[in-house]
Amino acid sequence: MARAASSSSGKTKRAPAKKPAAQATASAGKSGDNFALHSLQEAFQQDPRFDATAEELLTFYERMLLIRRFEEKAGQLYGLGLIGGFCHLYIGQEAVAVGLQDALQGGKDSVITGYRDHGHMLAYGIDPKIIMAELTGRQAGISHGKGGSMHMFSTEHAFYGGHGIVGAQVPLGAGLAFAHKYRGDGGVCMAYFGDGAANQGQVYETFNMASLWKLPIVFVIENNQYAMGTSVKRSSAETEFYRRGTAFRIPGMKVNGMDVLEVRKAAEIAVAHVRDGNGPVLMELNTYRYRGHSMSDPAKYRTREEVQGVRDHSDPIEGAKAELIKLGVDEDKLKDLDKRIRAQVAEAADFAESSPEPAPSELYTDVLVETY
Amino acid sequence: MARLTADDEPVTLSEAPARSLTMIEAINDALDTMLERDPDVILMGEDIGYFGGVFRCTAGLQEKYGHTRVFDTPISECGIIGVAVGMGAYGLRPVPEIQFADYIYPGLDQLISEAARLRYRSAGEFIAPLTVRSPFGGGIFGGQTHSQSPEALFTHVAGLKTVVPSTPHDAKGLLIAAIEDNDPVVFFEPKRIYNGPFDGYYDRPTRPWKDHPDARVPEGYYSIPLGKARIVREGSALTVLAYGTMVHVAEGVCREKGVDAEIIDLRTLVPLDIEAVENSVEKTGKCLVLHEATRTSGFGAELAALVQERCFYHLEAPVERVTGFDTPYPHSLEWAYFPGPIRVGEAIDKLLEA
Ligand SMILES: Cc1ncc(C[n+]2csc(CCOP(=O)(O)OP(=O)(O)O)c2C)c(N)n1
Ligand SMILES: [Mg+2]
Repeated sequence: MARAASSSSGKTKRAPAKKPAAQATASAGKSGDNFALHSLQEAFQQDPRFDATAEELLTFYERMLLIRRFEEKAGQLYGLGLIGGFCHLYIGQEAVAVGLQDALQGGKDSVITGYRDHGHMLAYGIDPKIIMAELTGRQAGISHGKGGSMHMFSTEHAFYGGHGIVGAQVPLGAGLAFAHKYRGDGGVCMAYFGDGAANQGQVYETFNMASLWKLPIVFVIENNQYAMGTSVKRSSAETEFYRRGTAFRIPGMKVNGMDVLEVRKAAEIAVAHVRDGNGPVLMELNTYRYRGHSMSDPAKYRTREEVQGVRDHSDPIEGAKAELIKLGVDEDKLKDLDKRIRAQVAEAADFAESSPEPAPSELYTDVLVETY
Repeated sequence: MARLTADDEPVTLSEAPARSLTMIEAINDALDTMLERDPDVILMGEDIGYFGGVFRCTAGLQEKYGHTRVFDTPISECGIIGVAVGMGAYGLRPVPEIQFADYIYPGLDQLISEAARLRYRSAGEFIAPLTVRSPFGGGIFGGQTHSQSPEALFTHVAGLKTVVPSTPHDAKGLLIAAIEDNDPVVFFEPKRIYNGPFDGYYDRPTRPWKDHPDARVPEGYYSIPLGKARIVREGSALTVLAYGTMVHVAEGVCREKGVDAEIIDLRTLVPLDIEAVENSVEKTGKCLVLHEATRTSGFGAELAALVQERCFYHLEAPVERVTGFDTPYPHSLEWAYFPGPIRVGEAIDKLLEA
């Protein structure tokens, strides 16, 4: 079994590990302040890529491709009027959810995110059919058509949503983490939010509580550089988001979110730290969304060249593909895989188009425990 | 259609040249007018500067007035409103935008505990003259986080004014009045009628504002006093009390059914033009209250209570309400949820038969 990162081809592609002098000195001083806050990042930088077998990388590739094809299809259905309202695509960010998810323990750990949630759902192994049917607002959808694109949940996969209010999921994540600790079930919570959400006050209330109470939570900032039409530099005094936990004594990690193996490696370090009872970690995943914020975004706030540049030079799926080919995986095999995924997505779309809408009585179910 | 205010006084500068605007353009025009007139007016909000607002209500204003007066904020609703309260206490006249009414809740503490109480607890020494603009209401497939009508949360708070325009003409005049008002005003813009007067017949082609008489918006400065309702249509068969999008739904139903209803567009919920309501119900003897918001403790409950308190001996039938159902706003089944022409029509029939 070839190991991606340890094979010579993998090695040459690896970003050189940087060891800033200041951090190295700090680490020398036993358990000083800086050491605590930088130790994870340092460990990560020493060897920032996950040592994946060809099979493992192929699995990541497959999951990322499923997300991309699913999102492309959702975009088409939206264009056809089959999906209405608000729909936020994850295209470009696939490596983040796929790499992080793989470091979690299914059945033990919990996950919560915002409204750009289709990719996370797919990465956590939820059936594309019931996700797509939720987008089209059908009874068979994961929330019976009542939640829509932004509000999807799965107790089976410990996926706690899917939240439309920017930043609101972050304290909920701390609550989940508290419950893991309270129950002593060894689980950790992974709470995702955006660079824009990182400016909500409740995020910092949560950082303080999570750190004070040493909650098992990994805060994940998906920095895709924009919050709707507002770029990070126009909204944030500190644009290095991984530093934002420092005042709460939460160690930060800065990760290239366009490389699934880097994401996977960073996640492993963060999750191990949190699972050991050391309190929260804050990860900043640098990534990029290729599509508009939602489906009605004229995208005047950035240039075509900027988007094309990322697509051409740092696409997570193309990157993984090139690496797989170098590792000797047959190109035809990858083509077959794409075909299979396209068929799977087409099936999900058919299902989502042909399933019935919920009955009007469904309006009144699940408002409260009692029927009323 | 003749424009009549409750007291029959013209409220626009009839001499000013008017042109047809959408509600978005009318709001933009009001903001432009006030930025021009008053150097203390400041606009702030998520994506309102560089991008011109998600609904384009502030388009072009940052270029015209600069980054100090028209600027983007981080996604921090509590901070946005709180900062605006402070600005106002020092004498500025901030007009923060909350991108959707559904996102106003993180800022409620600042609105309720600070903005609404500042005048009272300082015995009038300090004021909070901010105007919080926010698109609200359903009908755009927005699901639960882009469709809510939370106006009753604000009318319930003493110390806040709550305004809801239903035409481009009124949107401009009311917004100018709100900005000039020395008290905190929550200005809800019914987003379903930003671009055209939606009458609830969702399966028919949408109409633009262009040919609507109330889309004629005078140039320059004018204001419509807060607390003055508009009689949309005079009639004698029953009184319909509505605001925002529901004004147009009521008009559509009465037109279709040929009902001689008196339709009153409240325009401001607090302060409420109770006189206009009273005069009308005394004349018609029947009253229908409409809103998109959920029913229980909705503003319709307040209206129904006021009508029975003041017009009891004129009433020929119980006050009827057609409202949203007491559920979160759904993603699918929007037209089953929306209090559209069918439900409004049934309530009118019931009242007419009573
Ligand atoms: C409290 C609140 N305010 C505003 C919005 C409107 N809104 C939805 S997404 C968004 C941008 C969020 O950007 P970011 O957190 O970077 O996430 P991304 O969309 O880039 O994934 C805004 C302002 C909202 N949903 N909730
Ligand atoms: Mg973002």
